[in-house]
Amino acid sequence: MSRGSSREPPVVGNRTVAQLVAAARGGERRATARLLTLVEQGGQLADEVAGATHQLIDNAHVVGVTGPPGAGKSTLTAALTTLLADRGRRPAVLAVDPSSPLTGGAILGDRVRMVEATAAGVFIRSMATRGHAGGLALAVPGMVRVLDAAGFDPVVVETVGVGQVEVDVAAAADTVLVVVTPGMGDAVQANKAGLLEVADLFAVNKSDQPNAADARRDLELMLDLSELTGHRRAGVPERPAIVTTVATTGGGVEELAGAVDDHLEVLRSSGSLAVRRQDRRGAEVRSRLDHLLLEASAAAVALASVDGSADGESPGATAKRLADHLLGGPDHKR
Amino acid sequence: MMSGDSPIRVVLAKLGLDGHDRGLKVVARILRDAGMEVIYLGLRQTTETIVDAVEQEDADVVGISMLNAGHLTLGPRIVDALADAGLDVPVVIGGIVPDEDRQALADAGIAGVLGPGAPAEEVVAGIRDAVATHGR
Repeated sequence: MSRGSSREPPVVGNRTVAQLVAAARGGERRATARLLTLVEQGGQLADEVAGATHQLIDNAHVVGVTGPPGAGKSTLTAALTTLLADRGRRPAVLAVDPSSPLTGGAILGDRVRMVEATAAGVFIRSMATRGHAGGLALAVPGMVRVLDAAGFDPVVVETVGVGQVEVDVAAAADTVLVVVTPGMGDAVQANKAGLLEVADLFAVNKSDQPNAADARRDLELMLDLSELTGHRRAGVPERPAIVTTVATTGGGVEELAGAVDDHLEVLRSSGSLAVRRQDRRGAEVRSRLDHLLLEASAAAVALASVDGSADGESPGATAKRLADHLLGGPDHKR
Repeated sequence: MMSGDSPIRVVLAKLGLDGHDRGLKVVARILRDAGMEVIYLGLRQTTETIVDAVEQEDADVVGISMLNAGHLTLGPRIVDALADAGLDVPVVIGGIVPDEDRQALADAGIAGVLGPGAPAEEVVAGIRDAVATHGR
């Protein structure tokens, strides 16, 4: 949000947001980390960071990594980004783990499997969902923007396990990599709608296990079926590639890196990249608007129950009246 | 500098070849249940991996578990490495620390020591106090 020039810009530590952004773009990791914190905490400083970074982006390839719990997302993300760092790229990882719904606390354990990546210079940031439904925290798009503006490329977003996550990550990434494993046929089946609709690329990880070929065949079959029905996510230019990997040994990781790059190239050459990024902005606006409406709705309900205006009214009637009020009904002011 | 309603972010690690991480896992769970975000590094960390994690995670506090009597050497080394990296973050040591070593650790800049068998409330208070008195 823009601010009046008469006011002093807010200071973080001893630096303004603009100074932090300049330092982050100059390669100072501490400044990048602090900007990520500001975005994650939300509020006025987060708006300030968003304002300072939103014109500096779209240089990074944003890759979402999702899949069932235990498929090896962290290990594969670490192996992939380590390889890219060794090739001279500047990868960053945003690793999302769930917050406890009861206490709001979280154990963020992805770094345990990312020691080599840290040593290779990969920037890794762990984050908790902080109560945001849908598997990605509300702050993810803003944090991706900070990493993009700071010159990291690619920016890899690793989600929590399956659920509605796939849809969220699809709205946040250029390329969605879905990680599955042999022997998880049921998990894949159970989620195939979500997985098939959003995957740009599949990794069959732990493919040193005996039934890896079966897992691959199952995926191919599902892709055949979706070709048959002609269903394809908007902006998806081609049938998703399937790569077999063994993340713990690095097997297949070079091929995976190639497939990730190839997908970006296909997006570029087909014009889908711009469409997807436009969609991403729309999705973020939508998600932030949802958040604001939810807050307003909770506040209105709390107020109505305190002031007694809902007494003797049916719940539906109260909701309707509050909606009229919130969305600009009879006594709407702005 | 953290705003009031943001969870405390704490990095938990063990240094070097000390392979006893059961205590650290219990502490991680205690802190999670107290509403903190625990960035768990686990076993066999080095001063470099801890400094990298604190920097990238913008952590509020570091907890190091030491059961191998290395605290007088390694504790101050972590404090110095963080300071050298320009990171102003309190360090709390958990584990077996004889009473007579506590003053030396405090003098070296260690913000707190949690002994074996410390009840959950004491662990949580120890971390909270370290963050609060560090004056970020």
